[in-house]
Amino acid sequence: MNKILLVARREFLTRVQKKTFLLSTIGLPLIIFGFYAMIIYFSIKTTDNFKIAVADKANIFNGKIESKDNEVVFEFVQSDTAALQSALAKNTYQAFLYVPSGFTLEGKDSLQFRSAKSVGIMTREKIQTRINKALEEKRLIGFNITKAQLDSLQKEKEYIQFSSASGKTENETKVGVSYAVGMISGFMIYIILFIYGTMVMRGVMEEKVSRIAEVIISSVKPFQLMMGKIFGIGAVGLIQFLIWLVLVFGIQFAIAMMFPSLVQSMQGQPIQPAGMQAAHAVQESGAMNGAMKGLSTINFPLIIGCFIFYFIGGYLLYSSLFAAVGSAVNEDPQDAQSLLLPITMPIIFAIVIMMKAVNDPNSGIAIFGSLFPLTSPIVMMARVAYGVPDGVTLFQLILSMALLILGFLGTTWVAAKIYRTGILLYGKKITWKVMWTWAWKKN
Amino acid sequence: MSKILELKNLKKYYATQKAVDDISFSIEKGSIFGLLGPNGAGKTTLLRMITGIFYPDQGDIILDGKTFDPINDIIKIGYMPEERGLYKKMKIGDQALYLAQLKGLSKSEALEKIKFWFKRLEMESWWNKKVEDLSKGMSQKLQFVITVLHEPKLIILDEPFSGLDPVNANLIKDEIYGLAQRGCTVIFSTHRMEQVEEICDHIVLVNLGKKILDGTVAGIKQQFKENIYSVKVHEMPATISSEAFNVVDQTANMLTVKIKEGNNSNDVLKYFIQQNLTIESFNEVLPSLNDIFINLVEGTKATTRAFQPTND
Repeated sequence: MNKILLVARREFLTRVQKKTFLLSTIGLPLIIFGFYAMIIYFSIKTTDNFKIAVADKANIFNGKIESKDNEVVFEFVQSDTAALQSALAKNTYQAFLYVPSGFTLEGKDSLQFRSAKSVGIMTREKIQTRINKALEEKRLIGFNITKAQLDSLQKEKEYIQFSSASGKTENETKVGVSYAVGMISGFMIYIILFIYGTMVMRGVMEEKVSRIAEVIISSVKPFQLMMGKIFGIGAVGLIQFLIWLVLVFGIQFAIAMMFPSLVQSMQGQPIQPAGMQAAHAVQESGAMNGAMKGLSTINFPLIIGCFIFYFIGGYLLYSSLFAAVGSAVNEDPQDAQSLLLPITMPIIFAIVIMMKAVNDPNSGIAIFGSLFPLTSPIVMMARVAYGVPDGVTLFQLILSMALLILGFLGTTWVAAKIYRTGILLYGKKITWKVMWTWAWKKN
Repeated sequence: MSKILELKNLKKYYATQKAVDDISFSIEKGSIFGLLGPNGAGKTTLLRMITGIFYPDQGDIILDGKTFDPINDIIKIGYMPEERGLYKKMKIGDQALYLAQLKGLSKSEALEKIKFWFKRLEMESWWNKKVEDLSKGMSQKLQFVITVLHEPKLIILDEPFSGLDPVNANLIKDEIYGLAQRGCTVIFSTHRMEQVEEICDHIVLVNLGKKILDGTVAGIKQQFKENIYSVKVHEMPATISSEAFNVVDQTANMLTVKIKEGNNSNDVLKYFIQQNLTIESFNEVLPSLNDIFINLVEGTKATTRAFQPTND
């Protein structure tokens, strides 16, 4: 036991004392932050004013088309087509909308929209929505509906209140926050498994390639060396991740709270920063008040406790497998690629199930995924975010944890057997079939 | 003298071959023991069993009078494997300290011993260097220090001189003699026969997992001698023919002769005296270990380990 600690201490210290550790621990969040700052900068920059001249000869719009932001601006003019064409050429306006005097709301004529240059798909959609909405309103008012009636119509969704069988109210905020928390923690475990699993594998490969393995194995058991490495790197991971968590989440949350409009523009971006997503989910409800209420409905001690459990459990389960692969690889790192496939498959499979589970925590596939030890560290986080018993029953949670511990003991046992044979073997190309026979042979 | 190590009917079979097939021998305390064999003979497997890395399928290992206990007896053994290396990015002092602590020494004990050995082998200035800055010979020296640092009773060196220049090889050789004098036993595994002849008291030759030779260097040479003598004469006669011997080889004034059955060296001398030929020197030619080794191993298909079939 003492020797495992000695090995773990070396693994931890050599990594933490490296300059690259400090650089990547502090630097990476800054790079991520800078990356988002750039996205934000460009998303602001592209919102140039797009001025549209509206020549409303039929006076359908009553001289007003609502425009929420300044991206698209409608200006009403009294010019004719020819004058508008020349305005386009002079770039006074970027486009014009011509409503002929005979145009009626009931008619089937289409309106003429002309722009100087071709309009981007985002801007086109915005213009279309604004004009269609204005037309729709005018048409409804044409059916003798008052403005007040129209407003009340649009509040329809407020009439439905979702609640669970236990009678607890589930407002939008809570679901939004649960979704975001589940998503973030699931993804974080996914990243942890990959980053630190690979780190364990590389460490084992380094020992094998530099031929120090046998020197050490003559002093400690292979199992002690493997576990020491896994614990040492696990400790590095825990520390590094805590630092990242505070930095990344803190910065993003702060930005999102300070500039709410930015979060809106972030919607529809392919990569959404996790912190912003959370903040966005909070702001969905509108007021900060509601957000705090939403957050307070989340059982944070439960989630943090589960996160740490599944982080450690998942890491231990997978890192021993990564170590086994590392021990089987010779000089050529390319060999590792093909050997890794059976390990990466369940992790990727888990993230797919997790995506489903955040939307529907009680579906069959989510329940299976959260119990099966190879996928449970990722999938269970999505379910736990919805709380006990709404997202997951207490029985399932305990069963999942027990299965994960069993799974971890199982993979470690198998991996240790592969490891002790592989670490001393040179020059042969190893396949999973060969590793499988190592795992089951005696001694 | 008592025995430091006894192996009794040791067996280790792999799926495709018998790596160690019923090997027994014992080693005297304080001796320098040579374990010889061609590549793939089973030397490394045998050493790995003695160091507790592998468990034997059958047989007993008795270390210092007691059954070998791989976990607690580690401190009694120092093993320098053939495939040896060091952490490239780690400082040399830290590395030695770490490996000594893994053996079971306390930090202060380890520091004291490292300082002693570094001073002895003039390595003090290396403390803060990294292994990647060392030459191959230098890291060999460091590995030797790491192996003997904890003063083990049994030191096992697998090809210790590979990659060492003559100066450093001699330095290590002297240290090996010194350790043996202080009561350590050294097992020395190699296929370089000239080193064995020079250093070892006792040797065992293994091939294809079996022991084929066991004895002292002098005894084995006596056992394999072929009654060959070299005779230096003042003047070479035109013809030599005798009932007592055959001429095997002939140079300017040197003759190599092989004595026939039923005769002895005096019969050879008698012949030359009767012929009135002046003898300047007369020596027995003992076979070198290298010749014995090649004779015994040749024709047994001692090739790589992958191609040896099992017959069970």
